[in-house]
Amino acid sequence: MTYEFIPLLPFAAFLILGLFGHWIKDRAHLVAVPAVIVSFILSVLTFMDVAGGRHTSIPLYTWATSGDLRIELGLYVDRLTAVMLLLVTIVSGLVHVYTIGYMQGERGYARFFAYIALFTFSMLMLVMADNFLQLFIFWEAVGLCSYLLIGHWYERPSACSAATKAFIVNRIGDFGFLLGLLLVYLTFGSLEYQQVFAQAPDIAKETFNLLRLIGGQWEVSTLTLICLLLFMGAVGKSAQVPLHVWLPDAMEGPTPISALIHAATMVTAGVFLVARLAPLYSLSPAAMDVVAITGAATMVFGATIALTQFDIKRIVAWSTVSQLGYMMMACGLGAYAAGIYHLLTHGAFKALLFLCCGSVIIALHHEQDMRRMGGLKDKLPVTYWTFVIGSLALAGFPLTAGFFSKDEILVSAWSAGSLGKLLASLGLATALLTAFYSFRLVFVAFWGDSRVDPHHAGHVHEPSWTMTVPLLILAVLSISTGYLGISTFLAPAFPGAASEGHHDSPIAIGIMTAATLMGLIGIAAAYVLYVKSPGLPDRLAHQWQQLYLLSFNKWYVDEAYDRTLVRPTVRLADRLWSGVDVAVIDGAVNGVARAIAWGGSLMRLVQSGQTQHYALGMTAGAVLILTFYLLW
Amino acid sequence: MVPLSYYVILSAIVFITGVVGVLIRRNIIIILLSIELMLNATNINFVAFSSYFQNVVGQVFVFFALTVAAAEVAVGLAIIIALYRSKSSINVDEFQLLKW
Repeated sequence: MTYEFIPLLPFAAFLILGLFGHWIKDRAHLVAVPAVIVSFILSVLTFMDVAGGRHTSIPLYTWATSGDLRIELGLYVDRLTAVMLLLVTIVSGLVHVYTIGYMQGERGYARFFAYIALFTFSMLMLVMADNFLQLFIFWEAVGLCSYLLIGHWYERPSACSAATKAFIVNRIGDFGFLLGLLLVYLTFGSLEYQQVFAQAPDIAKETFNLLRLIGGQWEVSTLTLICLLLFMGAVGKSAQVPLHVWLPDAMEGPTPISALIHAATMVTAGVFLVARLAPLYSLSPAAMDVVAITGAATMVFGATIALTQFDIKRIVAWSTVSQLGYMMMACGLGAYAAGIYHLLTHGAFKALLFLCCGSVIIALHHEQDMRRMGGLKDKLPVTYWTFVIGSLALAGFPLTAGFFSKDEILVSAWSAGSLGKLLASLGLATALLTAFYSFRLVFVAFWGDSRVDPHHAGHVHEPSWTMTVPLLILAVLSISTGYLGISTFLAPAFPGAASEGHHDSPIAIGIMTAATLMGLIGIAAAYVLYVKSPGLPDRLAHQWQQLYLLSFNKWYVDEAYDRTLVRPTVRLADRLWSGVDVAVIDGAVNGVARAIAWGGSLMRLVQSGQTQHYALGMTAGAVLILTFYLLW
Repeated sequence: MVPLSYYVILSAIVFITGVVGVLIRRNIIIILLSIELMLNATNINFVAFSSYFQNVVGQVFVFFALTVAAAEVAVGLAIIIALYRSKSSINVDEFQLLKW
């Protein structure tokens, strides 16, 4: 079985499109789509291989050797990897197909395909990494690709700043990740997963003095420190509070890329990291609690903001933040399988929701504000029905994939001690909010009277088949992934993880019922507010103005960062620019140049161009030399 | 028998005449001729010392110098003609092409 080809095919597509995109232009999809589809087929074969009990490590080559440090590139394939491969290749493949229709005729068509192929390659290598350094390299590569793709429409200032923001915020997390990496090497003397995991139990008791450099004494558990530092990277990449700010802004990119970032690549990397390093995290209860609480905070936070937004893509984006919180919380409570399971189902329905948004946006000529939609369900039937399926899955409606995975998380959380019970209740409350905001979107955008710009209202129609077919496939997946038994398939990948909840116990059934009720109440509430009495939301918003504004302005996090971090940094940079750069560095460089020019202008006086002056100089020189020899 | 010093003094006078001619005259042909004077001053020296030391090498050298001088005049005159064609003048002040 040739696992190498799974990442290499998209990479080859990237190379071809990157080098020859100029000539390939509108035929770019002919290169990228087959590559990803073959990758997908290979991933399915891999999945079957792994299901047969094989998990393999394939060394590719030794990248660098320095003293004891050997840096190898290799592929590690186990059940977790297999599931991730499947998710990444299928969503990426459908996004590729969808892009054909969405980006048709755009400038930078080939460039876009080149970057999404690179994105897919990076994410595949990330999930297949068999050591920390390789993980880190592709972790960064994924960040780079997201930067390139969010800024695809680089002539828009907002896209440029969104891309920069995503990159910088990610870098903050990656800084912690890199420190964690160094600490792993310091502690274990190796960066290979297998060696690190094997030694981890032996060093669980070791401590690390944080204040050694300044002579202080602050002992912390090394393992907890490693886990927390690495988690910092995950917080950045998976958009957890407080580094979530880049994700909603990433909506500036073309919609297919939003789907790719939110469903399959990029944001899932953080959750994957925690799951992959489960043997480390499981040894550090403190780090686990931090992960769980961060996840839960993100979950509630994202959901409250999604309630009041008007941009359809942003609502879906905030729901991603919230759902990532669920996954992180599950991992933090030891239910890694449940977390990854939700990641998988979420990948399906979130990609679906984004691609639906994209088809609405295309149909309405790049209108994203749902206040100027309405009544679309008759004009865009395919988009409408698939969107409803996606929303049902997101809301955890019974018998959809989202229902099973969310339920799995809540049951596992409930059985994980008192903290788990608290977080599970929060999860239930969030389920209500989730159902509410997802159906608010359905009712406002698709039901009611049309508020579409009359210019475009006449010719609103379904997009081409390259866009609707991925929607249909994803709609099927949004339901069917719930029945594949992914959770039990994954369980052997996490030996020693907290035991999963039993689904037939009375508590589990109670939680299932509660979750279902929450979902139904949320949908009903959205129906009452936005269909039955349309004036009510405005009145409520008026009555609870403070709360409404808090949610509408995203809890003022962006503003707070702007005041406390961004502006002082910009001001400092400004000072450094005018004070140090211009005055000192430029001054020195220009000063040297000016001194030399001045010297040159003096020397130039000697050079008159008169042959006889030169002859005089020669004669005088000869006389001088002669005098010197004769007199001394 | 004329003493060696007379030849050397004559040679020095001719050489200095040549140098001064190169330095102060403006006419480029005169400058060329002055250079010839300088060459011939050295030739006088060569011949004088050749006879003084009873060594024929000095005289052989003079033949080489004469040959080279002839070639040099040919090239020099050709350059002067080219310069004259471009500027319609043989005044050396007018030629400042070596200046930046």
